[in-house]
Amino acid sequence: MDARRGISGERWGGALALAFILGFVALALAPLLRFGGAGGVDPQLVGVLTFTLWQAALSTLLSVFFGAAVALSVARRPHFRGRVWLLRFMAAPMGLPALAAAFGVLAIWGREGAFNSVLSFFGMGTKFNVYGMTGILIAHTFFNIPLAARLFTAALDRFPPTYWKLAANLGLGRISLFRLVEGPALMAALPGVAGLIFMLCATSFTLVLTLGGGPAATTLEVAIYQALKFDFEPGRAVFLVLVQVVLTGLVLLFLAAFPTPAEERSPQGAQLRRFDGGSSASKLWDGTVILVFLLFCGAPFVAILIDGLRADFPHLLADPLFWRALATSAGLGLSAALLALLLSWLIAMARVSTGSRIFAGGLDAGGSLILLTPPIVLSTGWFLWLKGGSGFAPYLLVAIINALMALPFALRVLQPAVRSHVERTRRLSESLGLTGLQRLRIIDAPALSRPLLMAFFFALSLSLGDLGAVALFGGEGFVTLPWLIYARLGSYRTTDAAALTLILAVVCMVFAVLGTPSERRQEEAGR
Amino acid sequence: MTRAIELSGVGLTLGSHRFGFDLAVPAGVFVAVTGPSGSGKSTLFNILAGFETPDVGRVLLNGEDMAGVPAGKRPVSLVFQDNNLFAHLDIFTNVALGVSPSLSLDGAARASVSDALSRVGLGGFEKRMPATLSGGEKQRAAFARALVRKRPIMLLDEPFAALDPELRHQMGALLAALHRDEGFTVLMITHDPDEARRLADRFVLIEGGHVAREGAIADLPPVRHP
Repeated sequence: MDARRGISGERWGGALALAFILGFVALALAPLLRFGGAGGVDPQLVGVLTFTLWQAALSTLLSVFFGAAVALSVARRPHFRGRVWLLRFMAAPMGLPALAAAFGVLAIWGREGAFNSVLSFFGMGTKFNVYGMTGILIAHTFFNIPLAARLFTAALDRFPPTYWKLAANLGLGRISLFRLVEGPALMAALPGVAGLIFMLCATSFTLVLTLGGGPAATTLEVAIYQALKFDFEPGRAVFLVLVQVVLTGLVLLFLAAFPTPAEERSPQGAQLRRFDGGSSASKLWDGTVILVFLLFCGAPFVAILIDGLRADFPHLLADPLFWRALATSAGLGLSAALLALLLSWLIAMARVSTGSRIFAGGLDAGGSLILLTPPIVLSTGWFLWLKGGSGFAPYLLVAIINALMALPFALRVLQPAVRSHVERTRRLSESLGLTGLQRLRIIDAPALSRPLLMAFFFALSLSLGDLGAVALFGGEGFVTLPWLIYARLGSYRTTDAAALTLILAVVCMVFAVLGTPSERRQEEAGR
Repeated sequence: MTRAIELSGVGLTLGSHRFGFDLAVPAGVFVAVTGPSGSGKSTLFNILAGFETPDVGRVLLNGEDMAGVPAGKRPVSLVFQDNNLFAHLDIFTNVALGVSPSLSLDGAARASVSDALSRVGLGGFEKRMPATLSGGEKQRAAFARALVRKRPIMLLDEPFAALDPELRHQMGALLAALHRDEGFTVLMITHDPDEARRLADRFVLIEGGHVAREGAIADLPPVRHP
């Protein structure tokens, strides 16, 4: 009897978490429906929608193309010195807050950036203007070429080692090898990779806000923000929100038709050998591709570091606003991470305990609901409820939205670990009569501490670096680190922004690394 | 008698493992290669197929020095224990790669592919994908590819290890028949002494990176190597 009570407790916990998420999202959508579709389809909406899709499509195309080129070169050389670090570097942009990346991109490609210095050094007077489509594409490819390269390299490395031996023995040339072996591997991974990148780019807020160029280069998310923050046209914002939800819904439907791109590599990694690419032309090509990739994706990191170190830290540290922002960000990050941890724990435990497919489907949907209703949608709804919002409520809302943003990632780490843990220990703990809090303390928490900590740190990193949820509520009374950077960038106090960016980038990267399963740890978690 | 394979003073160091091979195999002979795991059987095959380059010594295949000859130009066909077929290509294409690595096929070449498939008992399997085939059928397709490639030396790395005993017998009989008809030289790594005695003319025992013994199959030591 006790054991059964324990199991139903888990289902209740999951139901509670699900009810919380659904309630929060429903309350956000309620005022949207009440304000109801003012605005309608007009040329401006068509313009915004077209630009949203166009920039996402171009970003995806460029990221996938160059990502594939990098992956082909990296996969061709399974054993060069530093390959492991190159693969780790490919994961680095994911841990960098979008705002920090925007700062890095501006430092390289902006008006006073490194690229323009090179241009003027060679006497090419025309200044390269980054704002608008160009900047958005640079920033999106900075994030997504490494992502595509990582997933494509994994797809190529997963082939059985005998394939490469057979290809060499059969005498497949460069073109045949691409057409018959490498190409099909890339094509199999393509829909998942491209869909994921399209989704990221279609819902990208911070990069478009900071690098877009006025009304001509505005995406739906930024248009929603501007309709509320500057024009105060709630009706229009609501209509844009509905369009946004339909758009993300369609992309999610497309994504659901394809398997999620896998990151694990072939278990025979050490035996992996390639017999092509021995010619010096091929070595030169691969070396060049990898070098250009490192330059393009590494430069913003270097710029953040150099500009940050050169900035006026004493001045910044003397600014009480900095300390307030730091305290706010820390509070928000911790609350969001704890909430994400609680929700993902409840969902994961309920998910392995339930026999109902409907409930399981509901839990899965609830865990990734944030993908359908992006942060700007939720904050818009609550912004309208609270009529701008003051006092404690905005903090709570931002923390909850940040927690929901981290939920899909937290679940991806936690769910498999919880599943294998429960399968291993349930019968034993039932036979020992261990249930409820006792089991949590003695059996579950110690065994699952690693994935739990990982989920916690990942959520912390995400929340600390986020601007999307804060954007609407941010202001004099509500200042987070990203918001302060954004404000400093807007008022051209770039040395302050540089120092803040460096701090934020380092903190977020450290937490992201702690929150990312390494290949070795992933193996242990899956065992 | 001409020699299909001749290794003289071949030496190779891989990490902390040192290998040294001296071996002569007459043309047309079926040789069972045995020895404990990690003794160097696969390394021997890698040297013959061109996946490893010896530090010293000469490798002659069909009387030709293989120094500098890339894997694709060597007179050898390979069959592994598994993953012999590209999973995303149909059976016809997988076999046709043995005729032309760029898949430029004329009518006669296409006919030879279908003919080879019939000979291994896979007539009509042209459009099937590897995933729809049983383990034995996949190995048959790999043999069909070796047939159309017409290379005089076949290197088989435990080709039947993943199959159940009855299938091993059937596949062994097929291999023996193909060997009889085509007259190619076969080196087959196997851990099964019965299989070795049933199929091979000679044996080579590899131990500690060297050829420890070789001789007529009747003299194969009765020890079963794990």
